Amino acid sequence: MRVMLVDDDHDRLKLLREALVGSGNEVVAELATSSDLLTAVNRHQPDVVLIDVDAPSRDTLESLGQIARDRPRPIVLFAANSDAETIRRAMRAGVSAYVVDGMSASRLKSVIDVAIARFHEHQALKRELEDTKTRLADRRDIDRAKGVLMQRRGLSENDAYELLRRMAMDRNLKLGDAARALLAAADLI
Amino acid sequence: MTSRLEKASLELGIIPLVDAVPIVVAQAKGFFERHGLDIRISVEASWASIRDKVVAGVLDGAQMLAPMPLAATLGVDGIGMPMVTALSLNLNGNSIAVSNELYSQMVLEQTEPAAVGTALRELLQRDRMEGRKPRVFAHVFPFSAHHYELRYWLAACGIDPDRDLRLEVIPPPQMVQHLRDGRIDGFCVGAPWGAVAESAGVGRRIVSSYQIWNNSPEKVLGVTRDWAARHPNSHVALIAALIETNRWLDVPENRGEAARVLIESGVLDSPEPTIREALGVPDADSALFSPGLVFYNGAASFPWRSHAAWFIKQMQRWNQIGAEIQASDIAAQVYLPQIYRQAADLVGASYPGADTKPEGTHNGSWPMPVAQQVLTMGPDRFFDGATFEV
Repeated sequence: MRVMLVDDDHDRLKLLREALVGSGNEVVAELATSSDLLTAVNRHQPDVVLIDVDAPSRDTLESLGQIARDRPRPIVLFAANSDAETIRRAMRAGVSAYVVDGMSASRLKSVIDVAIARFHEHQALKRELEDTKTRLADRRDIDRAKGVLMQRRGLSENDAYELLRRMAMDRNLKLGDAARALLAAADLI
Repeated sequence: MTSRLEKASLELGIIPLVDAVPIVVAQAKGFFERHGLDIRISVEASWASIRDKVVAGVLDGAQMLAPMPLAATLGVDGIGMPMVTALSLNLNGNSIAVSNELYSQMVLEQTEPAAVGTALRELLQRDRMEGRKPRVFAHVFPFSAHHYELRYWLAACGIDPDRDLRLEVIPPPQMVQHLRDGRIDGFCVGAPWGAVAESAGVGRRIVSSYQIWNNSPEKVLGVTRDWAARHPNSHVALIAALIETNRWLDVPENRGEAARVLIESGVLDSPEPTIREALGVPDADSALFSPGLVFYNGAASFPWRSHAAWFIKQMQRWNQIGAEIQASDIAAQVYLPQIYRQAADLVGASYPGADTKPEGTHNGSWPMPVAQQVLTMGPDRFFDGATFEV
């Protein structure tokens, strides 16, 4: 795992680095909390970023997840003072993970693993949701396009579907896109 | 104070900005205390950490960017914790500034935002013909008035903010340094950071948020929906104390004292004259800076649902959220005028009867009748003449 560390506390950085390297990770960059994170993330392409909760550059990093041009990545936060309740609630709320001072090396590894797993799970869910939305929209538009063909050409439902399928194949379109093209054209007439 | 407070000892988060002044002054001048509240203020380094700490319960509430509680409730910020606001901390205060280099290249002859935008568009077109890489403008957070104002202004002037420019996020106190280092060519940020760039000789302000949308909403007092449900009396007390503070802040003679309190608090690491300027009442003929920050007058503290709806529409316009979301529904979940009215009753402040108002229809002050009196409202014009209704 390629890890980028962002913290101003040198002692804590050293502990984190040792724990991470000890469990087989590579620390690709160590940055001060006021540095230009956007550039650093683009240059080092880390798999995960560990950042001090109170880092001013936190906003910059968060924006990476909001703007489409850069690949969003898991962020693990660490804080000087957090109680168990804080961590639990933060985790539940969807922040990748909180690491607290004094955490042992073995727990640090598992926290980071969980954060990354959660991140990928979240990304997968998001993709799945988008796929489902597209499928539902496709089904609706295909039904409407069939209806238009049945009405205007006096076709049976099966024949209308066959015609739509052939149109899609001829134009190298997905069925849903062909249906939408037909509906748009029908609107014009 | 009449009701029993569920929690009297609260911790509130702020960002180093002049519009944190209501919270700083409410504590320094005893407005919180008067309502039975014991407040600790925590100065945070980034908007994301404000949001996370409110979500995690480390902070009870905080100064927030007006669109933040909406984004959190919609779940588009990756956290998805429902939040509410019952008070607008201020109107106006943002400015768009550019580096000295860009400023001299733009050769501005007029100060109207449309003319300034046209000059920028022509410059960017020349850039593209010469194959120059895109200029970088910064704002403060993906869900901020700054972000939407910047995009609104650029787009209305014929500039595509996603093609003709690169937009980045930088926390307010770091803006000036980034402009100085040449990492960005311009920014949209709250006071005093635009003035700080000018006084440090690294940039020039070219457009203010007041010019883009007269009396546009800026910061709010945000808490989680869960916190508000568990602490209804504390919430009302908090809002009441801040309404009183904002009323005090809009008495012109108090602005000098407010500046002194903010300077002495040490919250802002910026030159004192820039703080005084931001809290001063600018000359009426200063197109860029008049009327400056507004805290109370013209129902400035009221959480207008039309403000919320405008932000949601901008989120949709720029593809942060889907078109199927009903702006008025979300606005009603997050912006709570009824809590404001309860709090205003405690301190004898007037308030509007409606939850929304048409935006962009008033070029000057206008009277709004409220229960046997009249509130004098400020203008709410958009620079491109647009109007907006929920």
